[in-house]
Parts: sequence; C-alpha cells; structure tokens
Amino acid sequence: MEPFHVHTGIVAPMDRANVDTDLIIPKQFLKSIKRTGFGPNLFDALRYLDEGQPGMDNSARPRNPDLMLNQDRYQNATILLTRGNFGCGSSREHAPWALLDYGFKVLLAPSFADIFYNNCFKNGILPILQENSVIEQLFTAMYAEPGFTLTVDLEKQVIIMRDGQTREFDVDPFRKECLLNGLDDIGITLRDQDKILAYEEQRRHITPWIFSEV
Amino acid sequence: MKGKTLYDKLWEAHLVTQRPDGTALIYIDRHLIHEVTSPQAFEGLQLSGRTPWRIGANLAMPDHNVPTLFQERRSGIDGICDPVSRLQVLTLQNNCKNFNILEFDMDDQRQGIVHVVGPEQGATLPGMTVVCGDSHTSTHGALGTLAQGIGTSEVEHVLATQCLLQKKMKNMLIKVEGELDESVTAKDIILYIIGTIGTAGGTGYTIEFAGSTIRSLSTEGRMTICNMSIEAGARAGLIGVDETTLSYVQGRPFAPTGEMWDQAVAYWKTLVSDDDAVFDRVVEINASDIAPQVSWGTSPEMVLPVTATIPSPEQAVSETEAEGIQQALRYMGLQAGQKITDIQLDRIFIGSCTNSRIEDLRAAARIVVGQKIAPTLKQALVVPGSGLVKQQAEQEGLDNVFKEAGFEWREPGCSMCLAMNDDKLGNGEHCASTSNRNFEGRQGFGGRTHLVSPQMAAAAAIAGHFVDIRYWKGMA
Repeated sequence: MEPFHVHTGIVAPMDRANVDTDLIIPKQFLKSIKRTGFGPNLFDALRYLDEGQPGMDNSARPRNPDLMLNQDRYQNATILLTRGNFGCGSSREHAPWALLDYGFKVLLAPSFADIFYNNCFKNGILPILQENSVIEQLFTAMYAEPGFTLTVDLEKQVIIMRDGQTREFDVDPFRKECLLNGLDDIGITLRDQDKILAYEEQRRHITPWIFSEV
Repeated sequence: MKGKTLYDKLWEAHLVTQRPDGTALIYIDRHLIHEVTSPQAFEGLQLSGRTPWRIGANLAMPDHNVPTLFQERRSGIDGICDPVSRLQVLTLQNNCKNFNILEFDMDDQRQGIVHVVGPEQGATLPGMTVVCGDSHTSTHGALGTLAQGIGTSEVEHVLATQCLLQKKMKNMLIKVEGELDESVTAKDIILYIIGTIGTAGGTGYTIEFAGSTIRSLSTEGRMTICNMSIEAGARAGLIGVDETTLSYVQGRPFAPTGEMWDQAVAYWKTLVSDDDAVFDRVVEINASDIAPQVSWGTSPEMVLPVTATIPSPEQAVSETEAEGIQQALRYMGLQAGQKITDIQLDRIFIGSCTNSRIEDLRAAARIVVGQKIAPTLKQALVVPGSGLVKQQAEQEGLDNVFKEAGFEWREPGCSMCLAMNDDKLGNGEHCASTSNRNFEGRQGFGGRTHLVSPQMAAAAAIAGHFVDIRYWKGMA
C-alpha cells in the first residue's frame, strides 16, 4: 500500500446521496480475479450510455454528457466530493479498487457506509467525514471555480483551501498510522500471534466445539 | 455494574487484545468463502508466503455466478458458458485444493448460497463469530452469532490471522411487539424497519432484534430479518438464543453431539441480553402497524405498504431527499400518485439469501397451487437456496406446483438477486423480487426491482401486478 502524507488534487462531484457499491462498480466487472483495471468501469452505468461488459474497448463507448464527472473541468480529479451514506450496499472491495484505479485518493462526504469506509483505508484511500454544512459549502465553491483543488494533510488532519482557510477532520489514530506508513494490517496483527495462540488455548476448554474441523 | 447486551457478550468472548485507542483483535470462529471476493485474498496470501491460520475454520462454495440452468450445471465447471465466470469458479476450487480448505463444489448437493448453507449445515452455531466476504453475512446473526460482512483485504487478514481488526460498534435494540396479520411475514417486518429508520439508520451499530413478534418467528424467518440488517446500515444484526434456536441447530451435520452438545447448550443459553442491559438507541415497532410491503424506488428505504401510492418529490423534507425521489421515479418509470397495485410486472424472482429457504418456498407454493402465472409475464423464476433445500422441496412436490403454474424451477445460487450470471432483467423491466437490494442496475442494466415477501411475489406472479394478499382470493 502507498503511504499517504499530503495530497493536493482537483475535486470532482458525485452529487447524489446513497451511492451504493453496485453503482460504483457494477457486478459484471466483479468476475475479475485481479485487483487492478477497474478504473475505466468506475460508475459505469452513469458514465456511459450503453451497458458495459468486461473486455469492451471503453474509449469507444458513448459517454454520458450529463454526468458532471465526464466534463473536461473534472478530468484528472483525485478528490471526490459526494453526499451521505456513500458506499452503501455490497461489501465488494472492488469499489475502492475502482476508485483508486480511476485516480481518487480522497473522498469527502457527510457519512459513509461502514464496510466501505473500512475498505478504503486498506487500500490507501482516505475517506473524510465533514458536517453537512461544510460539504454544502465545498459543493458551492467547487461549482463556482473550474479547476477547484484542495490539499489534504493527513499528519495535521486538515483540509486546506487555496485561500489558506483550513478545516480539521477526524481520523482513527491506528488507521492514520497505517496510512502514513503504508502499513499492511496482517503484518501488524501477526506481531500479536502469541496472544492469538493463548486465546485459542483458553477457548479450547470453554467452547471446544468451535475447534472441531468442518 | 450494568447488564450486558448480547453483542457485548459476544464481543467480550472473542476479544483477543485491545489497543489503547479501542482498536481490537476479534477472534473469528467461522470463515465462509465464495468465488467473487476471495481470489485476490488467496493471491495475497500466496505472494506473502503465508498459510491459513486454522484451516478447519473455513468453508467455501461458489454461489454468486454459478449458472442455475440444469443444462449448464450438468457438466460441472467445464460446462459454465461464460469463460470469465468459469475462471472465477475454477480459481476458488484451485485455491481450496492448494490450501486444503473444505469446498462444497458446484456438483455437491450441499452447495448453495453461502448464507443458506452455513446454518443449514450447522457450520454456523450460536455464540460464534462468523465472517464472509459478503455483506449479507448478517443473516447468521439469527442464531445468536456475531456475523458480519468483510472486504477482500479482511478475507486475507482472517485467513492469515484468524482475527478481524475493528472497533466495537454501538448497541441498538429494535423491539417488535404484538401480533402480525397472518399474511404479513418476516420480510415485511424488516422492510418496514428499513423504511422507518432508513438505510443509514443502523450505521455504526450492531442491531439486536427482540420483542414478542421476533420471538414468535421461526429461525428461518429470523434469518430473513438479520439478513437485511445491512440494508438498514448495520454490519451485524442478531437475535438472542431461545428454544427455537436450539431445536433448529440440533442434529445439523456440523453441530456438536452427545456431551459436547449439552455443554454447548448450557453456554448458548447465556446468549441473550441481560434484562438491565443498556442500549445506545432503542426503536419500538408495533407489529399490527405492518402491512405487506413493496419497495417502489432505488433504495431499500423507499418502501411502502401495498395499499399506498407512489410518493412525490414535494413530500420530501430536504432537497437531497427530493432529488433522490425524482431520480428514483425517473429510473423506475413511475409517476407520483400512481397506485402500487397498478405497477405492471415483467418478471418474478423467488430466491436469494433473504428468501430461498424451504419455508419461503412452501409459503410461495401455497399461494401458487392450482393457479397459472399471468400471461403478461416474461418469466417467473424459483431458485432454491441450496441443493438440500431443492431436494426437500422436490420431496414435498413443490417443484411441480411451481412448474404447473408456469414458473421455472432452477438449480441453487444467488441468481437474479445480483444478476452476475444469465438470470437478469432487461432494460426497463419491472420485477417482483424476494431479494434484498433494489439499487439501479442491481438485477440487470436498467432493471426495475420491487422488493417483496415470497407470498407477495407469488401472488404478483398470478395477478401480473401487486395485490394485497391479506384480501386476495386468487384468480378465478
């Protein structure tokens, strides 16, 4: 996983609430056994006018001109600004893989669905929660200014506007440490392997049926 | 000292260690694996030279993109027409062989939807922590287990360490009291709850379902309730252990026997919330308020009684909600003020981890018996949740009831719930579906899903549109 320190990038909108993971990456693309290559099919049903299938030449497909994300001013965006309950539905990690593969490193919303929120951190994406009113202001500022960018400083836990105004954000200290250092959860957990073994030893007496083989 | 909730008890019993910031390692008793969210996890394990921590904790089966047509199932994996699906199912089989993990492959009669098979086999037992790379893992909470969906990175983490890294959720209690109308089901209860608290209502919580109405449900009905906890935003939903739970579990292939059974029962009986347990949020529902439910929009919270009319954006309390309703009306091809019973249907789907167990099929068959599906329908599908559910249904003659009425009787799998295989809706088609998600495109590109109970889906198949089954007498 890539370490995350300070990131500056163009902000793009997904201006709707309850964006589910089916919308982020439709199921026909989940048949892949890889982690990469999902970017061209991010928000597939919204970005293109036809029905996408794996293996298609996406550059030749008709694009939806009404979707703001498709407009020139939002090309190369790396920060996604969106509405509440983003990432609800299926636990598919293909959703953060698709966002990352497209280029998004930061997500800003008033709320995220639990499993999705968790999956983001495991892939080097920083999901940031802000009050509804702040999100509303950011939408207004973004629409008003083509090429609107933000800087996110994870170490200091602040979002910095171009005029120097800042907004603080919360992040779990453990998740922050993992992101800053690009740490792999498994390696960290295995430092506690003696504790896991001790736990198993104790549970073998209390609930022995758990340890019967399937 | 204040009492503990069932969730508190399950959490504490599985706590391996906790960091000062509250992040904990939770021990996982059972890990269920399917073909879609596991290949990248196995690949990660292999690349790092790691091996599964406790092989016997894992049980695998393909379900999401297996074909459900008998002709395509007959020759096993080689017979799967779609090469991308075939490779994914084959990859699961190879990974299970390489790592020595038990797999119920496509030809095994025990194969089926992972959330139907786990409890059916006794692979899910009360008091366990259960995870699977699928958000509907919440289903297993019906047995008094702490069961949650995880992402692929976590699948790899559980394989390698037998633990999950997380912080404790808050406690929510949803109490349903009173008597249900006899044609109102567990599905209607959970849809009504989601309509009440919203799809983000349970975010950050583990929901315990309790009250006299929940107690009176069978274990299968309770699974339907817990299954859709995730649609209410909660990663896990659960129900305390009682005699209904114990009699469901007893005699299942992987359930303990003899002295160990007695030891287990003594422990399982402690798996209820204490009378003085404190919940962070309590929601009370009156069962007699619940009518048969039908979802009309593109989020499970967009659900109404069958007697209602389609809402208008003007009824919304916020601009975002008004835009949501507008968006849903456009996608669903519906008009504000239209009666739900006037929605014409194109397809019917009875199946999915929400409603494909034997009781669901029996309930649907009781409505269908002696009737014919409406000639306006393009297709009506029944997809049993497992090979054993299918076998049981056939022994009871339910397959013939469905086939004589004009339904197709299929092989087990997730099927049209998420349309990863060939079972899907065409653009613009309306479907009465017993599944759990009505998201845009979920059942096929441009497909329009209406979530209902098996009884409501069965009656809609006969009538060609939704009917209020409380008063419906069948077609003449």
